[in-house]
Order: sequence, then C-alpha cells, then structure tokens
Amino acid sequence: MEIDALLRALEATSVATVIRENESLFPWIESLHVLAITMVIGSIAIVDLRLIGLASLERAAARLTSDVLPCTWAAFAGAVITGSLLFSSNAFNYAHNSYFQAKFVCLCLAGINMAVFHLGVGRAIARWGAAAQTTPLPARIAGAASLLLWIGVVAFGRWTGFTLHATPLVS
Amino acid sequence: MRTQALDRFCSWLEQTPLSQAIQAAGWVVPTVQTIHILAIAAVMSSVLMLDLRLLGMVGRDQPLERVTSRFRPVIWWALPILLATGVVMIIGEPARSLANPVFQLKMLLLLAAIAVTAGLHKDSRIIAILSLSLWVGIVFAGRWIAYY
Repeated sequence: MEIDALLRALEATSVATVIRENESLFPWIESLHVLAITMVIGSIAIVDLRLIGLASLERAAARLTSDVLPCTWAAFAGAVITGSLLFSSNAFNYAHNSYFQAKFVCLCLAGINMAVFHLGVGRAIARWGAAAQTTPLPARIAGAASLLLWIGVVAFGRWTGFTLHATPLVS
Repeated sequence: MRTQALDRFCSWLEQTPLSQAIQAAGWVVPTVQTIHILAIAAVMSSVLMLDLRLLGMVGRDQPLERVTSRFRPVIWWALPILLATGVVMIIGEPARSLANPVFQLKMLLLLAAIAVTAGLHKDSRIIAILSLSLWVGIVFAGRWIAYY
C-alpha cells in the first residue's frame, strides 16, 4: 500500500531516526507535547464551561474567548509540532494503532464542531454572550461536545502509549 | 533518596491485594492517568490565566480579585483529584514511583508550587513567573518518571 511506503519513508528520515535512537530526545519532546496538550485542553475547557453556562458567567463570552484563545492556538501549534516529531519516529505503528486513529477522529470532530459553532450560533456571541446572561442551547451543545471530544483526545492519546507495541501489524 | 526501609515498603506494597488487582487489570493505570492529565490541564490553564493577568498580558480590564476567585479554586479542587489518582498509580507500581528520584523531585516542586500559588493574590510579576515555571517543571518531571 502506498500510504505504508510513505510511513516507512517518514520513519527513515534523519529527524525520525535521531528521535528514535537518542535516549532522551523522545521523553523531552513527549514532555513538551504533554505540556502543550494540558494548555490546549485546559484553555478550551474554560471557554466550553462558559458556553455551557457553568463558569465564568461574570465575564462576557466574547471577552473571555479573546483572553483565552491566543493561548489555545499557541499551545495547539506546539502540540502539532511535537506530536508530528513523535509520530515520525514510529510512523507505521502509530498510524496502524486503533487508539491513535480514534484520537484523530476526536480531533477532527472537535475541529468540525468548532467550525459549526463559529459559522452558526457563535456569530451572534456579542448578543447572547453578555455577562450573567443565559447561553442559548446550540452554544451549550457546542461547549459540551467540545469538552467530551477533547477528553476523548487525552484518553485515546494515553491509551496509544500503552498499546503501541501490542498492535497487530496490518500488512 | 533510596533507603532500605523505602525499598522494603515498596516490595510490601507491591504484594498487597490492592496493588495486585491494579496490576492485573490493565485498564486501571491508563484510566487514572487520563484523569490525572485532565486535572493537570485544569491546573495549568488556571495558573496560566492567573499569571498572564498578573503579568498584565490578559484581562487587564477586570480586577485581579475577580480573576483570582475564578481560577484559584480550580487549582485547589484539582489537587485532591491529582492526589487520589496519583495514589492509585503509586499503589499499582510503588518502586517505579516512590523510589524514583524524578518522582521525589516532582513532590518537592509540588510543595513549592502550592506555597507560591497560595501567594498568587499578591500583584507580583516574580510570583507569576515562578509559579508557572514550577508547574511546568512538575509536568516535565511527571512525564520523566516513566523513563527513570
């Protein structure tokens, strides 16, 4: 299969080889990845809880979003870079791991959820998101879906680490 | 620090029925680790929001007390969850954690971070930078436990 050849080629690059063979490079990059992920998920949760109507109600939703989202995006960029480096070191096994695949399904769904929110109910955030105001149902649903999907990202990510070498290889 | 008494305690704990049960059920450790990471995410984002406010980079239009009363309770609520899930991991693999120098370093950093976080209401840039550095160090030490 062409994708498998591509994965093997990625593993053979010098960057991937260095990460795989150096004793401490993988844990360092992994630590940065965990740090970035905690920042991504924690900051998204602050927005999600506001959208659901459970926390930060004293602050206007649009204000809170502009406080938090720059941190989210910066951390997300860090998570993507470190994640790509970790992936390259063992691309074939990661790509064939079902937990890893589930993590990416959650990630894509979280992205779609965010896009739907911004194109839909999120456009009127200035109107319904005033301080101490009850949030509309679509915003609450978007917040709850986001929270659940990001919890899924963490759970499947952690499970990947425990199952990576036990995954039967699909040839 | 690695004493004979600590080693004896670890091998005793390893043999307890609870530890054996955690070791036998493969799902327990990844599950509590997931909860542990989610609680850490709550701490890290709350510390970040508090510290960015102290540094004057975010939310300067609202009073410091409001930011503190919104985010610091999150840290105090997350700590018991971190402790409970951490204890499950220790019981499951005592020697990997208790006798591990990185784990011991993590606990020292944690004590320092709690002390500094308790002082976060003071409008001080040094406290802001110090607390964020300590919590970042805790995350790094946490991941490195697996490699020592």
